[in-house]
Amino acid sequence: MGITQILFWILAVVTLFSAIMVITSKNPVYSVLWLIISFFTISGHYILLNAQFLAVVNIIVYAGAIMVLFLFVLMLMNLTKDTEPQKSKWLKLAGALAGGSLLLVLVAALRGTEQQMTELNTGNIGLIQNLGKVLFTDYLVPFEISSILFLSAMVGAVVIGKRE
Amino acid sequence: MNIQYYIFLSLALFIIGIVGVLTRRNAIIVFMCIELMLNAVNLMLVAFSKMHHLANAAKDINAGSEAQLFVFFIMVVAAAEVSVGLAIIVMLYRNTHSVDVSFLNRLKH
Repeated sequence: MGITQILFWILAVVTLFSAIMVITSKNPVYSVLWLIISFFTISGHYILLNAQFLAVVNIIVYAGAIMVLFLFVLMLMNLTKDTEPQKSKWLKLAGALAGGSLLLVLVAALRGTEQQMTELNTGNIGLIQNLGKVLFTDYLVPFEISSILFLSAMVGAVVIGKRE
Repeated sequence: MNIQYYIFLSLALFIIGIVGVLTRRNAIIVFMCIELMLNAVNLMLVAFSKMHHLANAAKDINAGSEAQLFVFFIMVVAAAEVSVGLAIIVMLYRNTHSVDVSFLNRLKH
């Protein structure tokens, strides 16, 4: 077992543990912090797969911008453990059972798929040079459309969040 | 690394997100679980792109880079979605002084 395999298993365990802590923590602020750890480990997975551009964008956009926005809204609302709304025990059990059976079905369906290897820490399609070439030649129109999407999202957020 | 490990890892992440959406009532945590599901899909797409690149690198030097661009566009859409969604949650809190999603039942009347 090489160093990349060991790193993969460590990152996978930390990712799943922090994802479980996101949905089980009572305090929403702790949930956000665990989600940030989860995003960092997913960035670690991207680096392991040699997708450096996505790893950096993941940290900047998710762990940087989106999670700070979540934390900001949580602090603004002053939510604590006491004001946290709780579902009844039976509803929680039903949700966990539904998710568990979906996991069971999907694992059973995907268990017999073809064994193929994915390459770790080699290959250079994830570097900025190659991705930039493809993005600004073949995918130029979607790139411009996404800027319009951002503009409309910004206008929508301002209109909805405005105090009448 | 075998691709199946990545499939099962992202599957588990996705299921954790679904269970979170089903079992929590705080609107912000439901929203965070949606982000978790999007990230599971992103991880799977990147693993598949590297698998495709390994299989087809001899034919096409850039094989598999489309999947990584898809992940980039998913991140763009997620950022736009978060800004609008958090604005809606702030408005919900301003009107009801709670972030409980079951208050949205009032939309029926």
